[in-house]
Amino acid sequence: MARTTPEINGGSLADIAFLLLIFFLVTTTMNVDTGLARMLPPMPEDKNQDTQQDVKQRNIFTVLINKSDRLLVEDQPMDIGMLREKTKEFIMNPQNDTDLPEKQTVEVEYFGNVEVGKGVISLQNDRGTSYRMYMLVQNELVAAVNELREQVARGKFGKSYNDLPEDQQKAVQKVIPQRISEAEPKSVGGKK
Amino acid sequence: MAKFERKGKKGMPAISTASLPDIVFMLLFFFMVSTTLRETELFVRIKLPEATEVVKLEKKSLVSYIYIGPPATQYQKVFGTDSRIQLNDSFKTLVDIRDFISSEREALSEADRAFLTTSLKIHEETRMGIVTDVKQELRKASALKISYASRRMEQKK
Repeated sequence: MARTTPEINGGSLADIAFLLLIFFLVTTTMNVDTGLARMLPPMPEDKNQDTQQDVKQRNIFTVLINKSDRLLVEDQPMDIGMLREKTKEFIMNPQNDTDLPEKQTVEVEYFGNVEVGKGVISLQNDRGTSYRMYMLVQNELVAAVNELREQVARGKFGKSYNDLPEDQQKAVQKVIPQRISEAEPKSVGGKK
Repeated sequence: MAKFERKGKKGMPAISTASLPDIVFMLLFFFMVSTTLRETELFVRIKLPEATEVVKLEKKSLVSYIYIGPPATQYQKVFGTDSRIQLNDSFKTLVDIRDFISSEREALSEADRAFLTTSLKIHEETRMGIVTDVKQELRKASALKISYASRRMEQKK
């Protein structure tokens, strides 16, 4: 009788696989990195050159944060909860207020000729401002822009902004531009 | 036409567990692929601020990280409690950022270099002074695409 090698029992295969599975389950970090995406302005070529662009006062929305995390918006102290509404009002300028930004007519795909505000949001902070406050303000500003884009997308395409195809998103971005300028750092409130 | 016949026996047949390893392997592969083992050890404490308008960072390979925060307890004897910058595996100063960015850029293929994103992981109690300095350095290094890392917070309404 020929001796056959006994078959290896495959029952423990599952156990081995389980062991590996548990190892990877434990070591896995499924963190998707999230954050506020932002573009920094390029460094000015010539240092002596005055890069202060001539922007009309009515077109600038100044947001100052001081070292004790207080807000000064358009020369008025403001609570963080109000900032979003105020920013939206600034961007849209619904009543064509002369204190709020000018508009220019731009031709945008899907929309035809639309009036787009020329406003720029200028965010300035002190060296002593806490990062938490800074992010809160950034978040409110971005939220204001996003809410307006959502509104436009709903009104025009009947869909949420995030569900639009890329070219339509681009068009909405042109109608509601996100212009947040982080000013050149100024040393105010003394060196730290 | 074949007939469907009951084969005498009654009662539930035992469920075959032969496919159990396959299922487990499937899960195993899923976790193996989605796993990212933490490459850098953190020397600074980082508690990210919360934000509602966060976007996902695409393409992990194009992202380089800058950590800013107070040093962890065991390093506070040497480095104090003021916020410090960590690049890769050590404490660095502002002047090192440019080298760091250029080496990160070297590591990418030429086509991808323009898409280099710098993710700033900053402790929420940090003062803006150091953050502004880092941002200026990044501008000098023309690494303009940045992302302020933050945790997703549900909208309070």
